[in-house]
Amino acid sequence: MATRRSIFFNPLSKNNPITVQVLGICSALAVTVKLEPAIVMALSATVVVASCSVVISFLRNTIPLRVRFIVQLVVAAAMVTVVDMILKAFAYDVSKQLSVFVGLIVTNCILMGRLEAFALCNKPLDSFLDGLGNGLGYGIMLVIVAFFRELLGSGTLLGFQVIPQALYDAGYMNNGLMILPPMALITVACIMWIHRLKDKTLQEK
Amino acid sequence: MDRNSNSYTLIYVAAMVIIVAFILAFTAEALKERKDRNIEIDKKRQILSSLNIDATSLNAEELYDQYIRKAVAINYRGEEIEGIDALSIATETEIKNPEESRLLPLYIAEKDGKTYYVLSLSGSGFFGPVWGYISLKSDKNTVYGAYFSHKGETPGLGAEITKNDFKNRFCGKEIFKNGLFKSIAIVKSGISVKDRDFVNGVTGATVTSQGVAQMLLNSLEAYMGFLTEK
Repeated sequence: MATRRSIFFNPLSKNNPITVQVLGICSALAVTVKLEPAIVMALSATVVVASCSVVISFLRNTIPLRVRFIVQLVVAAAMVTVVDMILKAFAYDVSKQLSVFVGLIVTNCILMGRLEAFALCNKPLDSFLDGLGNGLGYGIMLVIVAFFRELLGSGTLLGFQVIPQALYDAGYMNNGLMILPPMALITVACIMWIHRLKDKTLQEK
Repeated sequence: MDRNSNSYTLIYVAAMVIIVAFILAFTAEALKERKDRNIEIDKKRQILSSLNIDATSLNAEELYDQYIRKAVAINYRGEEIEGIDALSIATETEIKNPEESRLLPLYIAEKDGKTYYVLSLSGSGFFGPVWGYISLKSDKNTVYGAYFSHKGETPGLGAEITKNDFKNRFCGKEIFKNGLFKSIAIVKSGISVKDRDFVNGVTGATVTSQGVAQMLLNSLEAYMGFLTEK
């Protein structure tokens, strides 16, 4: 039986949804051009995964097995719609930037994966920790990727200029390729590489 | 109770749907006011953007009040219709109405002592609606600035119409030539049009570019009564 500690901390590194489970890559491409939407997306996804896990976990003994996917989808879709409405009401600019991607949290493999694999057969508190851990593990990766893409692609962080003008005057240029989707994949791949270098147990035979 | 019986499954699903529907309806209703306000602020930002004023969501209302002198509804003859605020008009539905019953929003702005007219545009791109605002100088002919947006055009291609680089191409263009309404054509770079002003479209987004050109033609034509009155 896994301890609560490992349920929460494993997905942050050893069993990270993006670098180890390789789930949720699609949205990692889309929302990581700038740091701000990446952070909001990370928080939204974490809230959705954690809260859906709790709801599904509470219902786990009542859900008819034949329609369990439909029940999971309805719970996830409802939660995502609520988050989307809250963003529209309180962070309109960000919700405009994220546009369809918030709605697409429903189709994020991490969400359905955790509900099916963990929440359906574990207690609410464990499920909550698992959802929280996986959401944050996903979020950390988004933030790391977005950090490099915004820094090298636009020379800014959170919209503030960080690369000094003097460097541009000396001939430095922003790398336009960083803003395009392929560089998100390459950045993710570099992170996976470093991750496996540091943790030999992750290396595939 | 048997969790796998048909009746249990049916009742379970039905109850779940009703509960979820209730929760969603309640949240939507509770947040409606804030959301509508955000949408209005965003609309004001778009209008200001067509006047080449960059507003943030924090100062948009203040700047709007500062620059926009009048926001009125006009009909196809260019006559003002009293009691309607231009902001409340949905151009995308009005443009489909027959000419006589159409309501058109008109914003009259004053910037650095000069008068500008902001007209609302609505049309369709490749995947969905495109819309925008265009500001004309007091001669009702020369374009002062423009703003375009879209619902679902491809990022990097059709979505480029929102960029300043694209909207700035319209500045200084004229919509009338020799007293005749011609609108502004959008063409491939390297191609020129003789009888009217033109701008270069977005490379790789021909359908979106043509959609914008069509939108300018249709939407500006709707304002013909106002544009031709002295």
